[in-house]
Amino acid sequence: MAQNDTQNAGIRYLNPPTVEVRKKKYCRFKKAGIKYVDYKDPEFLKKFLNEQGKILPRRITGTSLKFQRKVAKAVKRARSLALLPYVTDLLK
Amino acid sequence: MLKQYETVFIATPVLSEQQMKEAVAKYTKLIADNGGEVVYEEDWGLRQLAYPIQHKTSGFYYLIQFQADPTFVEILETQYFRDERIIRFLTVALDKDAVEYAERRRQNRNKAAQAPAAEPVSEPAPAPVEEAVEPAEENNEENNA
Repeated sequence: MAQNDTQNAGIRYLNPPTVEVRKKKYCRFKKAGIKYVDYKDPEFLKKFLNEQGKILPRRITGTSLKFQRKVAKAVKRARSLALLPYVTDLLK
Repeated sequence: MLKQYETVFIATPVLSEQQMKEAVAKYTKLIADNGGEVVYEEDWGLRQLAYPIQHKTSGFYYLIQFQADPTFVEILETQYFRDERIIRFLTVALDKDAVEYAERRRQNRNKAAQAPAAEPVSEPAPAPVEEAVEPAEENNEENNA
């Protein structure tokens, strides 16, 4: 914050300006070199679901399109095998 | 040409261990009889279902990976449909990445199965160290999630 004050010496804010430093999202499959998304591992797939068991969009998880399709397929397979619920509250 | 497949079925929880073995034997035999080859089997045991199927809240999961002719899948699934012990099944073809993954999973499983058996015999001392490391890694993963 001290740095911001010196840089923006011309403008004075009542509240210190909050500079959003967004972390760049990345595709965890590309980063970790995972090629196949396994439907048999519900604990892993839960990372891509919200609390109601819905698949999270790419804009939130940062997954690349190629792997988002694979994740979606894996989640749907896991659901049909009752490894994951179709609808629920308070998953996780 | 043979293709690699993987099938998971869920059997009713009312089966005894003996009946479950019979059911598994039936399908492995079916694969063998139709010119297929069972590559790997995995028993997940009795698992809680994520939602009730046919008013049942748990079931015996069983995974079979096999190589067979593509026409065989239909035969297998007809058998599943006719079998009252089977409450749910899924058969998927494995592409080359999936086959690679399946092999790695198999090796990991074998190692995990052998490790507890081998440790007390050969080296009793380093065993606790390895055990201490593994749970820590798991915790990290959970934190990241």
